[in-house]
Amino acid sequence: MFGAGGGTSSYREMEETDVILLWGSNARETHPIIFHHLLKGVRNGARLYAIDPRRTTSARWADRWLGLDVGSDVALSNAMAREIIHAGLVNRPFVDRATEGFGEYAASVEPFTLAEGERLTGVPAEVIGETAHAFARADRAMICWTLGITEHANAVDNVLALINLALLTGHVGRYGSGLNPLRGQNNVQGGGDMGAIPNKLPGFQDIERDEEARARFEAAYGAPVPPHYGWHLTQMFHAMERGELKTVYVIGENPAQSEADVNRTRRLLAELDLLVVQDIVMTRTAEMADVVLPSTASWCEAEGTVTNSERRVQRVRKALDPPGDARDDMWILCELARRLGHDWGHPTAEEAWDELRSLSPMHAGMGYDRLDALRGLRWPCPDEDHPGAVFLHERLWADPVEGPRAPFSVVEAKPPFEALDADYPIRLTTGRRLESYNTGAQSNRYRSPLHRGEALELSPEDVERLEVSEGEVVRVSSRRGSVEAPVRVDDSLRAGLAFMSFHFPDDVDTNQLTIDATDPKSGTAEFKAAAIRVDRLEPAEREAGESVREPAEARG
Amino acid sequence: MDLRFIADAEPTASERAALDDVLGPPGSSWEGGARLTGADGNTAAGGHTARAQRHLLLPALWALQERIGWISPGGLNEICRRLTIPPADAYGVASFYALLALEPRPPRVVHVCEDVACRCHGSQELIAQLEERFGPEGELSDDGSATWYRSPCLGQCDRAPAALVSVAGNEPLDRAQAPVTAAAVLDLLAGGEPGPSPAAPVPQAGDPSLRLLRRVGVADPASIDDYRAHGGYAALRRAFELGPEGVLREVKDSKLVGRGGAAFPTGVKWEAVARQPARPHYLVCNADESEPGTFKDRELMEGDPFAVIEAMTIAAYATGCELGYLYLRGEYPEAQHALEHARAEARSRGFLGENVMGEGFSFDVEIRRGAGAYICGEETAIFESIEGKRGEPRNKPPFPVEVGLFGKPTVVNNVETLVNVLDVVLGSGPAFAAVGTEGSTGSKLLCLSGHVARPGTYEVRFGATLRDLLDLAGGVPGGRHLQAVLMGGAAGGFLGPDDLDVALTFEGARAAGTTLGSGVVLVLDDTVDLPRLLQRIAAFFRDESCGQCVPCRVGTVRQEEALARLVAGEPLGGLETELALIAEVGQCMRDASICGLGQTASSAVESAILRLDVFPAGRS
Repeated sequence: MFGAGGGTSSYREMEETDVILLWGSNARETHPIIFHHLLKGVRNGARLYAIDPRRTTSARWADRWLGLDVGSDVALSNAMAREIIHAGLVNRPFVDRATEGFGEYAASVEPFTLAEGERLTGVPAEVIGETAHAFARADRAMICWTLGITEHANAVDNVLALINLALLTGHVGRYGSGLNPLRGQNNVQGGGDMGAIPNKLPGFQDIERDEEARARFEAAYGAPVPPHYGWHLTQMFHAMERGELKTVYVIGENPAQSEADVNRTRRLLAELDLLVVQDIVMTRTAEMADVVLPSTASWCEAEGTVTNSERRVQRVRKALDPPGDARDDMWILCELARRLGHDWGHPTAEEAWDELRSLSPMHAGMGYDRLDALRGLRWPCPDEDHPGAVFLHERLWADPVEGPRAPFSVVEAKPPFEALDADYPIRLTTGRRLESYNTGAQSNRYRSPLHRGEALELSPEDVERLEVSEGEVVRVSSRRGSVEAPVRVDDSLRAGLAFMSFHFPDDVDTNQLTIDATDPKSGTAEFKAAAIRVDRLEPAEREAGESVREPAEARG
Repeated sequence: MDLRFIADAEPTASERAALDDVLGPPGSSWEGGARLTGADGNTAAGGHTARAQRHLLLPALWALQERIGWISPGGLNEICRRLTIPPADAYGVASFYALLALEPRPPRVVHVCEDVACRCHGSQELIAQLEERFGPEGELSDDGSATWYRSPCLGQCDRAPAALVSVAGNEPLDRAQAPVTAAAVLDLLAGGEPGPSPAAPVPQAGDPSLRLLRRVGVADPASIDDYRAHGGYAALRRAFELGPEGVLREVKDSKLVGRGGAAFPTGVKWEAVARQPARPHYLVCNADESEPGTFKDRELMEGDPFAVIEAMTIAAYATGCELGYLYLRGEYPEAQHALEHARAEARSRGFLGENVMGEGFSFDVEIRRGAGAYICGEETAIFESIEGKRGEPRNKPPFPVEVGLFGKPTVVNNVETLVNVLDVVLGSGPAFAAVGTEGSTGSKLLCLSGHVARPGTYEVRFGATLRDLLDLAGGVPGGRHLQAVLMGGAAGGFLGPDDLDVALTFEGARAAGTTLGSGVVLVLDDTVDLPRLLQRIAAFFRDESCGQCVPCRVGTVRQEEALARLVAGEPLGGLETELALIAEVGQCMRDASICGLGQTASSAVESAILRLDVFPAGRS
């Protein structure tokens, strides 16, 4: 936000803050390490507010659970903002000095009374008010979120709505206060930092707007950098659909099972002229590929760095030789370049890192020697004397503010793309479970007593209404597809709300149900809100029973 | 907290009702209420507020135990749902306490004391008759409605042998029965109505020189007006005149030391708590009198309950506490009723609660019932128990005056210590210090039991000798000879017939190599089989060790095994080897246990070996 994409706070601050809004995140299961930091904060007295349609295992730790209706996050944020404004809890000096657009924003949230908030979100008005007051009155408060915010068709608006709350109360740029997207993998942050996003060069330098940066990269690479943004994942699939994109090189991703509306995804991948997959395991996508390049596990078979959710760059060291013909990712890339006529040689990980440091100012001070000695450094770290930033945006508290002011954003409360109706009356939200990992490409390869397989989790009320029972295999359908899954009763769900994960796509291909309605700005699909129906199987089908264990292909 | 409940275990309506009585109705469906009513589908409270209810765990377990007779998995689930406690954790707590049952138990249970004092009065024979005529302990009656268990000391030693009858139900009944006969216990097991609670006469009742016991057996313990007519609440009025600093000064000047066994200066403890900046401060009245042979605090609580409440109020005023916990041992139902009544009376008359006596000082008392764990009398284990945890002692430092109950500065005093404060405040510190000796000021309650003509609680000024006390109690009856006196209870030590001139002061007992401890004076005549008595003491410690420190957990077992071999006349490697083993195990427990239980678990045994020569060479 405000430029660089990273959480603003350090882990230590999570332990020393006063109020935590955990918004759209079941961190207890999906970010267990970060949740330990949060729990330390709770033990130190922090009040935890969990905002999630489901009363998750994280929400059970919370002082207050706000079980909003799926997709009503902006409405909740706006209602909290209006309450903060009307209660006189706005941090006026901060808003006046460091932000812009308050007037317009305040006017935009004016219709969101607490009663209107309750109507739009389902959360009782007094609970919205209580949460708003707790957040605004705290000396330190932070918002942590994950995919419950971003896997929506209005993902960017959701994030902006949270930023608005932090700006309103001055809960950013200070120790213990901040805005923190929790990263789902050890190096999601590092991928973005290194420019693996279509609009940024390494170090979050804008490809189109930052001519000086582009020139620096061109000089170092000895080649021109096209001055326009690339496609993000969703746009790539649109380009495939239009026939503009015919060759795809996939590194460490399994879109054939992870994308929303996977039937369409697989069709598009199958129609490509050339599909190259580079991965450490034979994923479903790799099975479709023309060329598979076996690569190395980055945490034990390769040298390099990773960057975690607190922006800390840490060294990774090679411990094992990769098996068989597997090759280091960087070796593969350089060898590919050489065979395409560009001899980059075979630099070491440190040489590549030092080139990055010469081009990305926020990484300039992070030599391997310092990363070793200091057990990692948090960016920005502009020179070798810099200790690394504990938290971001301290500049907003300078008087006068350094650099541009932080803008409020007017955000519109829009319901999920797909409304419920008589044919598809149940809201399906998807997510992850503690013991599994994404499409299971890694986590389904070992046995675990925690693996319970995929299931459709339903409220006791829906189970009764549908006259189904625990363990019974049912047909789950959306407008896009249909899967069969056993029922699991979850009494933390309310009527009309269902949950599935996509951890076992070979058994239950959950993403046949999800919708690829996509936020135009972030490119993320609305995995969190689909409309489904649940039907009992015909007796004959039920006898076939184990059909749920059939490979997905068999069901088309 | 994300809780994993015991599968397929739901509470019965009766269990829910029992919990509602102690916890109030559930706040939402997430806490056990009807499924998703009101806004429950969209919000839930919890977190710090829910976890702060943890201290209600023991009262909730008691609620089920009293109503149903045991704690079923469904009932445990419901408690955990209501209080946000993992069931495994709550199970660990419930299984810590002997009076709580986690396996089905009939509603009617008779606990029969088999401890040291009752042994002097035929408890072994009584138990043998029960086994013969009813069946071994734990066996059900023919209709399945009753059973009996052996019990450690029930604190009724002056009326031995004793039993405690518990009848679970909507109107649960707990009542001490003493003295009892085998016929009486069999009648109870057959559904007979328990007799009235034993009366609490003190042998010296009415003696004008009494200070601590002056109202016991004289004033009506159920009447606050009678209490006031006998000088009650004059001390609190005087305390308000003195102010907190004045009370601290008088208590320090009195040189009053703790009567629980450790003899720590009360004024020093109070001042340390009063000076702590952390808030709130807590007061804990340690009424978990569990030392075998001790019953004096029970006599005070049953006979003069308002004095305990008044003394707590003064302590709280001096040390800046707004809430006091009175932790009462579970085997004292009569004391519990007396105290609960006294607390209610004091509240209704403005002696407790907001604005006590119009002085702008607020204080209230919560009574917590222990559940059969000797260790909970330890001053930090009592905190753990009140907080709803297993009663395992804490490491010290930090000491309770800094980090005590709920992590806050806490003054913890025994009942007798507190009641002394009434006299300190009513007179003056120096006047109190003028009684007794330099190192032991005031008077002391002593629990005489065993082979003595008039057993009971005696109050003597410090300085009297053991001989004086035995004379006061009429000596050994039946023309028998004195064999030994157990001073201070299981954690104390023995004296022989030649030690009767020991002065009953802290320093006198120490000089004689024993302790006053909690005031036990158990008199044993020459009919007592001392080795077997030692075996019982060893069994007591093996049973009561909390198991936290290995030296105590293992050492108490080794000690009992060695004694069993000696009693059987089959020493391992010879008598000297066994005695050396007992001494070494004892030393190890003293050195390496964190609390007084392990540190004293061998004192009585070793003192009997050294002083009384109970295992003379050549005997085996």
